[in-house]
Amino acid sequence: MRQKCEKSKKGTRATNFIRNLCVQRMAKTVNISINNCNLYYGDFHALKGIGNDMPMEIGANKVTAFIGPSGCGKSTFIRVFNRMNDLIQNCKITGEIKIGEQDIYDKNTDVTLLRKNVGMVFQKPNPFPMSIYDNIAFAPRTYGVKKKARLDEIVERSLKQAALWDEVRDRLKKSALGLSGGQQQRLCIARTLAAEPKIILMDEPTSALDPISTGTIEDLIRELKKTYTIVIVTHNMQQATRISDKTAFFLMGEVVEYDKTRQIFSNPKDKRTENYVTGRFG
Amino acid sequence: MTIRVDYRKKLQAIFDKLVLMCRHAEDVCEKSVGAFAEKDLEIAREVKTIEKTIDKLERKIEKACLRLLVMEHPVASDFREVSATLKIIKDLERIGDQSKDIAKITIKLADTNIDIPENIRQMGVIIIQMIKDAVQAYINRDLQLALSIDETDDKADALFDIIMNDLVSIIQKNPQDAKQGLQLIMVAKYLERIGDHAVNIGEHTAFLIRGKV
Repeated sequence: MRQKCEKSKKGTRATNFIRNLCVQRMAKTVNISINNCNLYYGDFHALKGIGNDMPMEIGANKVTAFIGPSGCGKSTFIRVFNRMNDLIQNCKITGEIKIGEQDIYDKNTDVTLLRKNVGMVFQKPNPFPMSIYDNIAFAPRTYGVKKKARLDEIVERSLKQAALWDEVRDRLKKSALGLSGGQQQRLCIARTLAAEPKIILMDEPTSALDPISTGTIEDLIRELKKTYTIVIVTHNMQQATRISDKTAFFLMGEVVEYDKTRQIFSNPKDKRTENYVTGRFG
Repeated sequence: MTIRVDYRKKLQAIFDKLVLMCRHAEDVCEKSVGAFAEKDLEIAREVKTIEKTIDKLERKIEKACLRLLVMEHPVASDFREVSATLKIIKDLERIGDQSKDIAKITIKLADTNIDIPENIRQMGVIIIQMIKDAVQAYINRDLQLALSIDETDDKADALFDIIMNDLVSIIQKNPQDAKQGLQLIMVAKYLERIGDHAVNIGEHTAFLIRGKV
């Protein structure tokens, strides 16, 4: 599969199509495996032995939610998957994080390619101060796509996947900053999709949105999981129950419980999880 | 630090009301069976009043539970608490209804010189104990006791079969007593149903404790 993809990097429309198909098929099979992950900010032990008893598996084509009180390590952990913590000084990570078969902390890992494969959406919509079209075309251009027809195709497909196409098709050349908050967030998702990732990380993607925009994004997440592996950090318990297949409860840098969402919210095994989800925690 | 104080208070208030309803259900069943055994009309009439109180409590608790589900979105053990409460109140309400039905028969049989068969009295004792056990299991979150009610119910069911056979043969031998015999069968059937509701309460309690049916 990989060989086929490499061969078809440069080529005709037909080979590009095969390449896309390869990417999509790979996306369908990619999962994340975490084995005894520890992370330190200087002396501070921020993540403590995640997956140390048995590797923590984040399933392909599933939505996995991370919940827990502020400062418990959810966002730190999600940033482990695209090595964004590398940008923080004095940050040290031990253990093994595999995406598919690849150890992403291996010295031979191409971090740029990793970040292409692991897209990220943040809490606050952050469109670039440029047109809607250029926002979406930004990543493909960076990765070398120059033909306008191809870019048009990517922009349209990404916006359609992000359920935004119908709303912006007539104003693609207008500034993205003129969109509403919910539209901006879907634009950011579309921009992530344009890079053809395998995994999408979402760090509280709807916390700044109204209930209608939140509902739209949640529908979108359910749709996207058919093609992508999604990891979402959320403080909204109802959101976790609505959209995720599995949930991990974090507390003070540890994963206290990781199970099917249905189990976590109906009959958690650990008393600390029970106390947190029922609001007794404190 | 305790958080969601108001929510906790609401949950506690629901629990307190349910305990009160449980106590009324115990009381109504005990009084109904006692009135039937002793042909005590005064107590039989009192049963009707208690039954109305049970109905009112059922409506109040149901309203409080639904409001809590909508406003507070309870999860995990809190959700099971509310879910079990919504089911238990239905069983308690039916216990009240069937106790009232027994009281009605007591009033109907007041003018007759019918002898209450010993087996029905014995069944009454078993059923009252089953309700007490169900209520105790719920209040104390006693899984073993909750599950044991089903076994006791088997004894009650066996006794019901004996009562049925006895009464059918009495009716066959003395067709002129058929009406009263049928009333006795009805009482036995109501007791048997009350036993089933006690089993249900035990099962809801087990779900509440274990998180699985």
